[in-house]
Amino acid sequence: MTSTRSMSVFTTYLLILAILTAGCSSSNNFNSTLRLATTTSTENSGLLEYILPAFEKELDVSVEVIAVGTGQAIALGKSGDADALLVHAPDVEIQFIAEGHGTERRNVMYNDFVIVGPKHDPASINEMSNAAEAMIKIFVSNEPWASRGDESGTHMKEKDLWSITGIEPLASDDWYFALGQGMGATLQYANETDSYTLSDRATYLTQSDMLPFLDILIGGKNISNNPDPNLYNPYSIIPVNPSKSILVNHKLAIQFSDWLLSDETQNRIAKFRLSELGQPIFYPFVR
Amino acid sequence: MLTLIEALKESMDLILTLDQRLIDIAILTLKITLSSLALSTIIGMPIGTMLGLAGRIPARGLVMALLYTGMGLPPVVVGLLVFILLSRSGPFGYLEWLFSPKAMILAQTVIALPLIIGLTMAAVGSVNPALSQQLRALGATRWQTAKTIVAETKPGMLAAVAATYGRIVAEVGAVLLVGGNIETKTRVLTTAIVLETRKGAFALALGLGFILLSLTFTANIILLRFGNWNDSRK
Repeated sequence: MTSTRSMSVFTTYLLILAILTAGCSSSNNFNSTLRLATTTSTENSGLLEYILPAFEKELDVSVEVIAVGTGQAIALGKSGDADALLVHAPDVEIQFIAEGHGTERRNVMYNDFVIVGPKHDPASINEMSNAAEAMIKIFVSNEPWASRGDESGTHMKEKDLWSITGIEPLASDDWYFALGQGMGATLQYANETDSYTLSDRATYLTQSDMLPFLDILIGGKNISNNPDPNLYNPYSIIPVNPSKSILVNHKLAIQFSDWLLSDETQNRIAKFRLSELGQPIFYPFVR
Repeated sequence: MLTLIEALKESMDLILTLDQRLIDIAILTLKITLSSLALSTIIGMPIGTMLGLAGRIPARGLVMALLYTGMGLPPVVVGLLVFILLSRSGPFGYLEWLFSPKAMILAQTVIALPLIIGLTMAAVGSVNPALSQQLRALGATRWQTAKTIVAETKPGMLAAVAATYGRIVAEVGAVLLVGGNIETKTRVLTTAIVLETRKGAFALALGLGFILLSLTFTANIILLRFGNWNDSRK
């Protein structure tokens, strides 16, 4: 009696497993799936959700987005676990291409970085025009700094800026907080703890409603008011080298790259949340 | 395949050379987990014992249902609630506990409490009811009876502590939310593994994984030993 019951339970499990895996294999159809490794900023801002459906419909394909930091996206490209990368760390990208991991690198869009911090700005950096100098002032004032600490494009930019200042922050310093998390989580952290941090403008603008204690202190109201050219933030698309693995869908990656740079998509990128925020979140490269 | 072998080799190197990063993270993990374990044991064990001894309690079904739900609480939900409570816009923001080890200990204690209570209760309840009748018949007072029954359930209590330890040391969602995964401050083994894997630092991630496994293993060995020792002394 009990053995019959346990048998039927077992069969039910098998059935459920079969259904689940069936679902997986149909959505995982090799030729029609593009796996895009990208940064948290493109995903968190909602841009991909806004532009990708058109691509999926046009070519009858599906795009799987893995939103991680740029460093992690680069690692996924090197191991052949992604078909294309949409990232923002020029130096690392150039090295990635030079080492033969990607086939080409094309600029897609740009925006800028900003330094955000507590509204009352205890380090008084608001009137300054140079990010690195502002960071020195934050350091001297002994105000807390929140770092992404995850090898993302934003974290790499932050490290570049610190190297200009000549300060070498250590994770064990009592003013330096290396979170190892995405931009959204880092902004939330800064909002809760009165910390300063470096953010891409896109993510900050998207979440600013939920960040009542923060303000942009270096970077101005929009990109044309940003006083520091060091805060320029370009995004590129890189198809992964198909020699990495037979599973890399290079053909679709190239199609995706072309599609991103088409007039139509570039126009759509420029219009993304434009009317709602009064400024584009991402500026297209091709006008 | 090559990656796996390389990562295994490298992770072993990291462990054998006592890599400072690994050790620091392991120590912080132990501090936080053992604090929550101690707190939840001090609070939960007496409650579990009372519930177990009290055979008949009002609304027993409801209490049990709540307890079992508590034992299965999804850690991320606990993390979310603790986050909201400790947030600046929440009622306890003034404590400034969010993104500190205190918040992590609080979350882990909430996760651990129902487990400790439930498992203790089950251990006490599983003692042969005839024993209590016999003791009473022999003229033992209520207090003496309770004491004897509790002494009888020591291995069960130890198992409860070990199981709870295993659950909270391996927990990732709640500590990530309320701790913030801050390097050297709130980064523990589980959150470090998530981060390092995503960064592609597989060797370091694996090394951390081995340490996490060995911490659980060692603790269970100690607890089991302790339990057996008690048994053989009788």
